[in-house]
Amino acid sequence: MAENFDLLKTLEMLVETPGPSGSERIIRNKIEDEIRDYVDDMYTDALGNLIARKGIKAEGGKRLMISAHTDEIGLMVTHIDENGFARFTAIGGVSPLTCLGNRVLFMNGTQGVIGIERLDANEQPSLPKLFIDTGATSKEDSKVTVGDVAGFERPFLNLGKRLVAKSMDDRAAVAVAIGAIKKMQAGPNEVYFVFSVQEEVGLRGSMTAAYGVDPEVGIAVDVTRTGDTPRSAKMEVALGNGPAIKVRDSSFLADPRVINWMVEEAKAQGMPYQMEVLEAGGTDGASIQKTRAGVPAGCLSIPCRYIHSPSEMIDRDDLEQCVDLLAGLVSKKIEL
Amino acid sequence: MENTNKFSPEFGEKELDLLSRLSNALSVSGDEQEVREIVYAELEEFKDSMHTDAMGNVLVSRQGSGPNRVRVMIAGHMDEVGMMLTEEDGDGLFKFTIVGGVDPRQLVGKPVIVGRNHVPAVIGAKAIHLTTREERTQALKANQLRVDLGLGGSKLVEIGDRLTFDTKLAVLGPSLRGKALDDRLGVFNLIQLLKHAPENIDLLAAFTVQEELGLRGAKTSAYYFNPEVGIAMDSTPANDMPDFDGEDNPRYNTKLDGGPAIYLLDGATIGDHRLIKWLSETGDSEGIPYQYRQAGPGGTDAGSIHKTRAGVPSVSVSVPQRYLHSAAGLVRIDDVINTLKLMHAALSRLDRSILNSQER
Repeated sequence: MAENFDLLKTLEMLVETPGPSGSERIIRNKIEDEIRDYVDDMYTDALGNLIARKGIKAEGGKRLMISAHTDEIGLMVTHIDENGFARFTAIGGVSPLTCLGNRVLFMNGTQGVIGIERLDANEQPSLPKLFIDTGATSKEDSKVTVGDVAGFERPFLNLGKRLVAKSMDDRAAVAVAIGAIKKMQAGPNEVYFVFSVQEEVGLRGSMTAAYGVDPEVGIAVDVTRTGDTPRSAKMEVALGNGPAIKVRDSSFLADPRVINWMVEEAKAQGMPYQMEVLEAGGTDGASIQKTRAGVPAGCLSIPCRYIHSPSEMIDRDDLEQCVDLLAGLVSKKIEL
Repeated sequence: MENTNKFSPEFGEKELDLLSRLSNALSVSGDEQEVREIVYAELEEFKDSMHTDAMGNVLVSRQGSGPNRVRVMIAGHMDEVGMMLTEEDGDGLFKFTIVGGVDPRQLVGKPVIVGRNHVPAVIGAKAIHLTTREERTQALKANQLRVDLGLGGSKLVEIGDRLTFDTKLAVLGPSLRGKALDDRLGVFNLIQLLKHAPENIDLLAAFTVQEELGLRGAKTSAYYFNPEVGIAMDSTPANDMPDFDGEDNPRYNTKLDGGPAIYLLDGATIGDHRLIKWLSETGDSEGIPYQYRQAGPGGTDAGSIHKTRAGVPSVSVSVPQRYLHSAAGLVRIDDVINTLKLMHAALSRLDRSILNSQER
């Protein structure tokens, strides 16, 4: 690991930076500052994906794409009423239940809280019933306007072995990619680390990034849900059991050769790992796989509880092992 | 930046005639031939730089003459929502399926035209005299309805023929009422833009197919053009009536008379910040009214364009319209003209430098 690299400090910085889909400039600039001294080249593409290259393809090497998405779910203002209350719509999969009582931070720095209209008996909260109160006393007094974007606001929480934040999805993966950039060894591969945009609204950024990079193998890094909480939906993934190697989700079937490559590397490093079969959900792996004439693709998942809530929880050991696994994968010659 | 070729669009008899022909045409997704023929006839002067691609999109490249021209793709879709005959059910009677987003509740009692020969027909239902109180509380589904062409009608049509509402464009004071204004207004304005294209850009015009079924034609059009900027010109709902309970209506989407609606975010695209700013600054400095479409579901051809190849900064601009996807929508002529004005003024000042900014 590069000297002075503190994974948790980097993670804390990443998760506390707002960046809903389509508004990734600030988080992108922070990632640029983090990796500038460790990559050979980097650029931002037409949609805002940050694409950083490390290494140049040598004899027996491959062109790899690693994708971790920079965006998080958020809100966009649709209407300000006469009294300054802001109506909003969701950016990505926002549950009305997790909105209640929550605090939001706009990209222009304005803060606010989410309130709700009176509900009928047995009525479930829905987004049209919710509004943001920024403390404005009138429409004229409002510091936000139609089109302004907000993320949820919640500080990083270090519980020791477990770590909690609003946007572990997918800043934990961004931290893993940054860690791998700093830790990887020079090898035969040309590795493109893509910090993608607009994943939460339909895997959009990775689609164009993959077209531009034209990789021979692709890996998405993302979070996956677990089945280890009281009466949760059944799932074989648990916090603390090591990196999860995706077999399938509802967006794609991971390439069996890529799965095998990841399993062998975990075994070689003597680290625990778990196989992930996710019933619903998608990752950048799906868009990479379908690029151009097709790309063998897989996904390295960080187990995560309470996904898309303001308190997403991961395990510190899982996180560190994901860095080691990814760094090992990209450093060596790959035979699929 | 200098606006080198001022253009003051009008809406006179010539324009009304073109828009009437476009609106009255039958061009349900997958069979856009009738609108394609109008586009070809109108754009005779571009015949050497125009072709129809494998899916049926009409693609026109209009080269400018200035230096460092930006390659701008603009899409207006030729298709409309409608229906298709699926099965004969007695002479002149046909079952049908819905093509695109049509609310089946509005089908009953509508005069329709079927196939390329516009055979007149009607979608009927049991007369009110014979219905029970309970039947009148249930909306009929498309599979409970039939298209009735009258005796002998079966000889005039084929299974697979498209049908649409028999609505002719009408002028209602400052407004227009017609069917398929989604997106014949986009086609209409794109034809005008081609005829008055600013010299500082290469205008890559795509008259697209199958937008209503999932932005399909725009996908191959954008791959072909490989543009630097993508714009969809479309029409979007104006739900600008007060709520029935007298409360403030916060979900109007857009409002008539508000000018062109610039998209921030819809179900298919997050508008490029730089292009949104470029359009709004153009409106501000040229005194052209505009509004932001409320963020929410829906999609335009920009949803396909921006994901093409290595990515294309994209945005959408729509004419606000009441009663979209019904037998008769209603728009303001001023909104149509201001949409064209804003687009022309913005394109005239488009400079590649806006794409280099850090605002992405």
